[in-house]
Amino acid sequence: MSTQILMPALSPTMTEGKLARWLKKVGDDVRAGDVIAEIETDKATMEVEAVDEGKLARILVEEGTDGVAVNTPIAVLTADGEDAAAPAPPESARAVAAPAAPEPIRAAAPAAVAQPRSAAEPEWGETKPLTVREALRDAMAAEMRADDRVFLLGEEVAQYQGAYKISQGLLDEFGDRRVIDTPITEHGFTGMAVGAAMNGLRPIVEFMTFNFAMQAIDQILNSAAKTLYMSGGQMGCPIVFRGANGAASRVAAQHSQCYASWYAHCPGLKVVAPWSSADAKGLLRSAIRDPNPIIFLENEILYGQTFDCPTDADFTVPIGKAKIERTGEHVTIIAFSIMVGVALKAAETLAGQGISAEVINLRSLRPLDTATIVESVKKTSRVVCVEEGWPFAGIGAELTMQIVEHCFDWLDAPPVRVTGLDVPLPYAANLEKLALPQPDWIVDAVRKIV
Amino acid sequence: MAIADTKKRGKVATKPVDTDLLLKAYGDMLLIRRFEEKAGQLYGMGLIGGFCHLYIGQEAVVVGMQMALSQGDQVITSYRDHGHMLATGMDPKGVMAELTGRATGYSHGKGGSMHMFSKEKNFFGGHGIVGAQVSLGTGLAFSNWYRANDRVCVTYFGEGASNQGQVFESFNLAALMKLPCIYVIENNKYGMGTSVERASASRDLSKNASPWGTPGVQVDGMDVMAVHAAAETAVAHCRAGKGPYLLEVKTYRYRGHSMSDPGKYRTREEIQKMRSERDCIEQARHLLEAAGVDDAAIKKIDDDIKRRVQEAADFAQSSPEPDASELWTDILLEA
Repeated sequence: MSTQILMPALSPTMTEGKLARWLKKVGDDVRAGDVIAEIETDKATMEVEAVDEGKLARILVEEGTDGVAVNTPIAVLTADGEDAAAPAPPESARAVAAPAAPEPIRAAAPAAVAQPRSAAEPEWGETKPLTVREALRDAMAAEMRADDRVFLLGEEVAQYQGAYKISQGLLDEFGDRRVIDTPITEHGFTGMAVGAAMNGLRPIVEFMTFNFAMQAIDQILNSAAKTLYMSGGQMGCPIVFRGANGAASRVAAQHSQCYASWYAHCPGLKVVAPWSSADAKGLLRSAIRDPNPIIFLENEILYGQTFDCPTDADFTVPIGKAKIERTGEHVTIIAFSIMVGVALKAAETLAGQGISAEVINLRSLRPLDTATIVESVKKTSRVVCVEEGWPFAGIGAELTMQIVEHCFDWLDAPPVRVTGLDVPLPYAANLEKLALPQPDWIVDAVRKIV
Repeated sequence: MAIADTKKRGKVATKPVDTDLLLKAYGDMLLIRRFEEKAGQLYGMGLIGGFCHLYIGQEAVVVGMQMALSQGDQVITSYRDHGHMLATGMDPKGVMAELTGRATGYSHGKGGSMHMFSKEKNFFGGHGIVGAQVSLGTGLAFSNWYRANDRVCVTYFGEGASNQGQVFESFNLAALMKLPCIYVIENNKYGMGTSVERASASRDLSKNASPWGTPGVQVDGMDVMAVHAAAETAVAHCRAGKGPYLLEVKTYRYRGHSMSDPGKYRTREEIQKMRSERDCIEQARHLLEAAGVDDAAIKKIDDDIKRRVQEAADFAQSSPEPDASELWTDILLEA
């Protein structure tokens, strides 16, 4: 049986090349692995190895030929003992052409935005005051009691009881198999947790703060977020990455960054940012139960704040649902995490000036509850987006674009952003305060458009 | 440090050859060799795109390791992964169809050469970021520790990846927690075009985890039975709950790092010398012949594999491309 040797593609982008030199001549024996020719492309000279064994029966493209297209037959190989003079078959049995490219189809994204709002969340009844810190601890404890696959690991989470005391008491209740102190090695322990999740466990990874998760961001994005897709749906990654995000107090630039827009950018992740104790408890329980990787952005300053929280043992908050914290008529203020409190203060001041502001607590950043935002903006026709992070390519930029796409005609003024200043956060008390959004900034922004 | 230095290690045959085992090893290695040659052909024809890292020359490593494993043990590796998939028993058709980007591929055409997985065969990929699979494999071993079962995880990486920080972080974690993880450094001498001597100050990578008390040995990776023997020791160590184990398996890849590798960092003679003197498949064939296995039995294996590989290639070319709707599936699971 004779075999045609085809002009090979030697790189992902090669379409043609120069057949620079033949290193075998007609009649030579060829063994698999022998270099038979040299090919030049615009990038390099490459050697062509034989894949099959046999005798070189014919050379179809002479050396020195330029512009030889990939897949052109360049020589004929015959099996040992076969008549080398026999003509090659007109078409190689091996050369199965790539399927003709189908008509280009522009696959539309599933229409997932701006749907009518689903049914209101259930009323959870009785509440009691709870700090955000306690709410987070209670959520983890409840889910760990319910599911043995759930465990917590991170720096100082066990014996030290948590760097910010979030995991207080968990080691005592669950033991050191399920509450695990790690060395200070984010890249390694994050990868380890992601591997454990791929094999069906449900890790909660505590980053002391999200600043340190930058050491591990490759594992979060490339391993946790993309593997489900790359595996055709076989290999999920049920994991929660949680910890303090954004500015704390006087800890300077390396410890004071908001990562909301970094993670919200990425398909394959869900990103939530609670404000109140109810947000923290309800969202964390939903996050731990969710089969996907979740970025859970907490805030150090909020840890010690007290809010009323439902006492119902089944209480959860759905991921992907914003909450209207205060209803209003004249302007919509959209915020998340610690900025919800700042926005509510601003709304109080505005009320004294006769301006009724609606305050939306996003709670989830991906998926974003566009429906709630659009409904509110259609009512108020004015919007201010507030975030602690930097303005450029931030969450406010995305919110503004969503509003423009979905309810441009309802707007009576351009959307406005209130953000942290576009500088690394400074240490000095006065400078730090000047760099982070204050209630007055929001009041001023609203006054300009109402 | 030439491969020849370790040549004698695998040659010390104290036990008589187990011909059944050797026949299996021969067949498993040959399947990988023929599959990879076919993949190279299909790449040359433009049917496989992007990156394609062939395993030709290194077959004894994964085959020798796999023969020491049991049902339920996990395997994870880097992007030079076709051989690992076939060794774990994944279907050559599904692997080849993924290479050609078809709907019938293991990842429905969404992963390609570097990203395939099989829950059924406990193969956890197929990872494209150098070294990332080492932490992930440590996590697979962690899951065994957590569940208190006696499963082990084999975590493969190249000598190039062995310099990554997270590899050492993983060595520490695994030793600290006594995780049942077998780390296998497939030292094929070149991380892309950089020789191990130019990339690593260590001259004995098997000692790379010794600061944490993890045992490590060098193994002749061109001798499948030597790899198998070392693997059995490592597996027994991990199953006994003694913590991780490191094997530096000295091997050699005959082809380029990927398909677009001009190969100017080593001589043609170096490759030919390894191929003609040290080839793992030829060595196995000679041992089989010496043990009196008749030619017909070997020929039957050869023919059977040739047929299977051709079937895989035909399947991979005749399967449809994924539907456009696949773009939007498998991003998130339903909560």
